[in-house]
Amino acid sequence: MSLAEERQLLAGWGRAGKSAARLVSPSCTQEAEKVLAALGNEGGRPAIARGLGRSYGDAAQCGGGTVIDCRGLTAPFEISPSGLCRAGGGLSIDSLLERAVPAGWFVPVTPGTRQVTVGGAIASDVHGKNHHVDGAFAAHLRRLELVAPTGRILCGPEDPAFAASCGGMGLTGVITEATFQLIPIESSRIKVETERAGDLDACMALLAERAEEHRYSVAWVDGLAGGRKLGRSVVTRGDHARPAELPAGAAKDPLAYRPRQRFRAPLAPPLSPLSPATIALMNEVWYRKAPRTSKTSFESIASFFHPLDAVGDWNLLYGTRGFIQYQYVVPFGAEEVVRDSLERLGRAGHPPYLVVLKTFGPPGQGHLSFPREGWTLALDLPLGRAGLAEVLDGLDELVAEAGGRVYLTKDSRLRPELLEQMYPRLPAWREEARRLDPDGIMSSDLDRRLGLRRSPEKKALGK
Amino acid sequence: MNDATGMPQRVLVVGGSSDIARQILLLLARRRLVHVVLCGRDLAAMEEVAGELRRVGVSRAECLSLDLTEPGGLGELAEEATERLGEVDLALFSAGELGSAELEELDAARVSQMVASNFSGQAAIALELAKGLLRQGSGRLVFISSVAGVRVRRANFVYGAAKAGLDSFAIGLSEALRGTGVGVMIVRPGFVRTKMTAGLPAAPFSVGPQEVAAAVLAGLEEGREVVWVPAPLRLVFGLLRLLPQALWRRLPG
Repeated sequence: MSLAEERQLLAGWGRAGKSAARLVSPSCTQEAEKVLAALGNEGGRPAIARGLGRSYGDAAQCGGGTVIDCRGLTAPFEISPSGLCRAGGGLSIDSLLERAVPAGWFVPVTPGTRQVTVGGAIASDVHGKNHHVDGAFAAHLRRLELVAPTGRILCGPEDPAFAASCGGMGLTGVITEATFQLIPIESSRIKVETERAGDLDACMALLAERAEEHRYSVAWVDGLAGGRKLGRSVVTRGDHARPAELPAGAAKDPLAYRPRQRFRAPLAPPLSPLSPATIALMNEVWYRKAPRTSKTSFESIASFFHPLDAVGDWNLLYGTRGFIQYQYVVPFGAEEVVRDSLERLGRAGHPPYLVVLKTFGPPGQGHLSFPREGWTLALDLPLGRAGLAEVLDGLDELVAEAGGRVYLTKDSRLRPELLEQMYPRLPAWREEARRLDPDGIMSSDLDRRLGLRRSPEKKALGK
Repeated sequence: MNDATGMPQRVLVVGGSSDIARQILLLLARRRLVHVVLCGRDLAAMEEVAGELRRVGVSRAECLSLDLTEPGGLGELAEEATERLGEVDLALFSAGELGSAELEELDAARVSQMVASNFSGQAAIALELAKGLLRQGSGRLVFISSVAGVRVRRANFVYGAAKAGLDSFAIGLSEALRGTGVGVMIVRPGFVRTKMTAGLPAAPFSVGPQEVAAAVLAGLEEGREVVWVPAPLRLVFGLLRLLPQALWRRLPG
């Protein structure tokens, strides 16, 4: 098999840092194997798998190399009577839910969008609002099929290739199939308790107290509120509703599932409609709309888990320059880092447009898996105004010093010299990645930028 | 790789002893710069810059001898520098020679040489590098142009004409590279107080090389295609361009 030479310009969801690569689209595991074999024969040109392009940064692009478009790897798709799901690596959570929910099953972990592939969910070891009780995606994974440059392997939690591939950013090979346990649900509604918190301390107290009582919890934080209102937020906690709890209308068809995309951004406007002023206004409305004391409501899966999916291509709204999502986790006890980040960004005139705070439970098996116990803060920051690079470089240092780490799936600018400190299991991961791919065929812009596979030229720490 | 904030790790400089290049590199060293190859005529001055960069944490800083007036070696130089860097995230074109504008001091050889160092030699290397960046699928070319090329003046017309050539070449190259992942940024400073302009009376809106460097970094971060330094020059030259030649000729400075 020889590979055609057709270049395409690719970017992450944040739409910054584009690069051009050859795109190949295998439609089954055998074809994926042939692609990797052909790449091996070509010698030296790197490749990376790509799913639905929801990584915010440059994890699924490979400038000058080959990007393996995995969206065709949708087979197989089976759900056993006990809720064990066998799915192709390119199957989207969206397609999966469409079949699973009406049958009374739900994914064990969903990120904030259902437009991710199963392979991508594993390679990023994605987390959801339930990390504090259920862990990340890989915790529910029984088996995965990996097409590595050294060949196709099946591996389970006891295999070294499993720990290297879960959260491995696709750098061990192409994940072509996975088997994981779904969770049973009796209805497609979430019973949600919504409550607002006037400042960061109140928000953290709400998230931390009786955390285990609710399966899902998250805080939306007003990134433009400063001073005494810093960290004011709306905290939502939810659980899958039982049919008996549902209001009359919903109780008739408890497993009904009709996610809708309401709008689609047609193109990136030359001037973004999002600005600190419009965001501040939207935040004010959102905050005031939320009840002062806890109030219960019922929400659909789509509106509770995937609210932004209602607007197709919403990333275009940030304009032509795109945006960064900066997400980190710091251990419990390092609450000041969260406060400090919000303050520093505000002071520097780079307020985050969207801020999400939640707690993580214990880490999983993946060597490079992002979650660990503590606070995770995700900040959406528009690009296009100078000064952000410097502020974020400062935050990297704060996070590293606190024993935290930045999420690679979202990353597009981390200071490479802090990588090993943030991911102490990097040496073990490198060793296993080398075993699966001795010639270094798997690589991405993220890998080259941070030197994930090989340690980069050392750059002195500090300014 | 360049990161999402436009900060490069590997940089090639044509005109490696320029004061503006030095300031730009010192600022880049605070962010992601790990490897730089300086190309130019004045090896001793470049070695000094390389040493300074290593001292502020850049792990590799090397110098290559380059004569822009020798068209034969330009392609090879681009190749050699690229090979040393492995990947070129950013190529900076900062060579400049003010030379003379006095007819009695100028001759065919002098004019050819000034055009080569300010324009044609840099354009030739830029073209070779652009092809390399295309294969790479990403990267950026930054040209230090000048307002002297925006509207040419009697006082420095050979220099100004050559800069006008470089500026136009950069605009054309930028169009040719649109949609490829390779970007071009043109920097148009006014009068910059450097060793090139030492001894000349400063024109209005004059700046130091640090200000040019800061504007270049901001431009990289903001993803700009054209940067004027200082920024008001964009408007000033927008108007000056429209002046009748008879008035333009009489302007002081």
